Amino acid sequence: MPPSRVKSLRDRLGNSSSCLKRYLWSSDASVSLADVVAGTSLGGHLSALSDRSVLIATRDQLAAALALIELDGVARRLIICPSDLPLEHFPSVIASAEVDAIVSDHDELKYPGIEVDLQVRASVALEPAEPVHSSGRATEWVLLTSGTTGAPKLLVHSLSGLTAAISDENKRGGDVHPVWGTFYDIRRYGGLQIFLRAMLGTGSLVLSSADEPLADFLIRLGARAVTHLTGTPSHWRRALMSPLAHQISPRYVRLSGEIADQAILDNLRKFYPQAKIGHAYASTEAGVAFEVPDGLEGFPADMIGVRGSVEMKVEDGSLRVRSAGLAERYLGRQNSGVADVDGFVDTGDVVELRGGRYHFLGRRNGVINVGGLKVHPEEVEAAINRHPKVRISLVRARKNPITGSVVVADVVLNGEPGATDATEQNAALKREIIQICQETLAKHKVPATVHFVPNLDVSANGKLTRQNA
Amino acid sequence: MSVRSTIILQVEQVAKEQNNKLAPLTDETPLLESGLDSLAIAILVARLEEALGFDPFSLSDDIYYPVTLGDFIRFYEDAAKSREVAS
Repeated sequence: MPPSRVKSLRDRLGNSSSCLKRYLWSSDASVSLADVVAGTSLGGHLSALSDRSVLIATRDQLAAALALIELDGVARRLIICPSDLPLEHFPSVIASAEVDAIVSDHDELKYPGIEVDLQVRASVALEPAEPVHSSGRATEWVLLTSGTTGAPKLLVHSLSGLTAAISDENKRGGDVHPVWGTFYDIRRYGGLQIFLRAMLGTGSLVLSSADEPLADFLIRLGARAVTHLTGTPSHWRRALMSPLAHQISPRYVRLSGEIADQAILDNLRKFYPQAKIGHAYASTEAGVAFEVPDGLEGFPADMIGVRGSVEMKVEDGSLRVRSAGLAERYLGRQNSGVADVDGFVDTGDVVELRGGRYHFLGRRNGVINVGGLKVHPEEVEAAINRHPKVRISLVRARKNPITGSVVVADVVLNGEPGATDATEQNAALKREIIQICQETLAKHKVPATVHFVPNLDVSANGKLTRQNA
Repeated sequence: MSVRSTIILQVEQVAKEQNNKLAPLTDETPLLESGLDSLAIAILVARLEEALGFDPFSLSDDIYYPVTLGDFIRFYEDAAKSREVAS
């Protein structure tokens, strides 16, 4: 492919005068974009990171944001690591992405058993620096998403793909200095979209912090007079359950990352009557597919087909998307394309047509979405099946008003079940099963309830029959 | 057991399992400041459906999101009453 000059994220921010009155705010720092374009957060190591495959593994979202702005167009590849990635997954991520430099804000840069040439300390205290002009290279942006076994999958995007859905929206917006806020981490697809919207438009952005209480974040959002606020339906349910939900009065409320049901849309309408409320469909693989502005759950059937740069179809019951925003490919063992031969990504999200609208039913492969976090049932079943009294188990989603879904397990015991659910012995056994799961699984993957059943349906090919949520 | 005491018992059990430290519980305590995080509240709703046999969030067309523990208990008590009337 002939090299073509691409404008980097930093180039697109413009000069310091066009960045006046624009900020990135975290819970303990405030950074002016005018200082960002005239400074560095990488302590003079920027040129050493040129052409490298750089893992961005900071605790702080602001430090990651600053590194992304500086390194796009400079590094060969940026691997954007969420702060909750378990240490055990670092070796495979580093090998798959051929990482040869790490940017981190940890006091001690230590990754046991991992040798990487260059480790750079990121700081949110900017130092003045000569402007660095990008080489015009198209840096690969690599995002992590959870895989069946718990190990992350690595997906390659380009900045132009990530921003494919943005330009039209920013033109439509009309706000001179919108203040964006997001409940997401900007190192996941949904949050990264908001970071890029804020940076490529004329806005500022309020970032959340992992350990920050919701009440404190709502107060900060209110103090910065947030105008555009985004999160999953579960984030929003949590916000509406807070006595401080009145601290904010956004003009634009957006939901994505989970199925938005009518209850949360209606409650947001009541609570923030001044706001435009939209729910969007996006995924790390398929990019941004559409936004539904009419306040109703599901999406109108006439969105199927070509709309602008996005084309959607429904095949074998699931939604398929073709657009410039798709991930380009997987890295590492799954070094393969994301799309089929026709260029469509099968989202795996099963939809049903009812009354002129498509409604989401759940995931074809049984993946459960707990408050925006994916759970692969096989991983939970493997944990349950370690209990000596368990013969087989089936893990499925149960609809939940707080997190959209929770994980529940149907369990067949060895020998005759004999007793019913209510006996004390079975109650103790349920607690043991839940405890085994708690020892090995992340909290959101642990079944909320366990039911003992006499048998489970097994299909002709010997696999458990999974139903859509 | 009353709806209220079932709820309090389950709140305590879920908190224990999740290693969440509970604040002193009163009706005015905001749920999210009770010590339960939103995952724990989600689990609580699932457990209460088992214990009480109903989930008021799926019974009502007009869901609202309870802010305090008192709101939460009343939501369940009202649903229990309307179930009695209906049956």
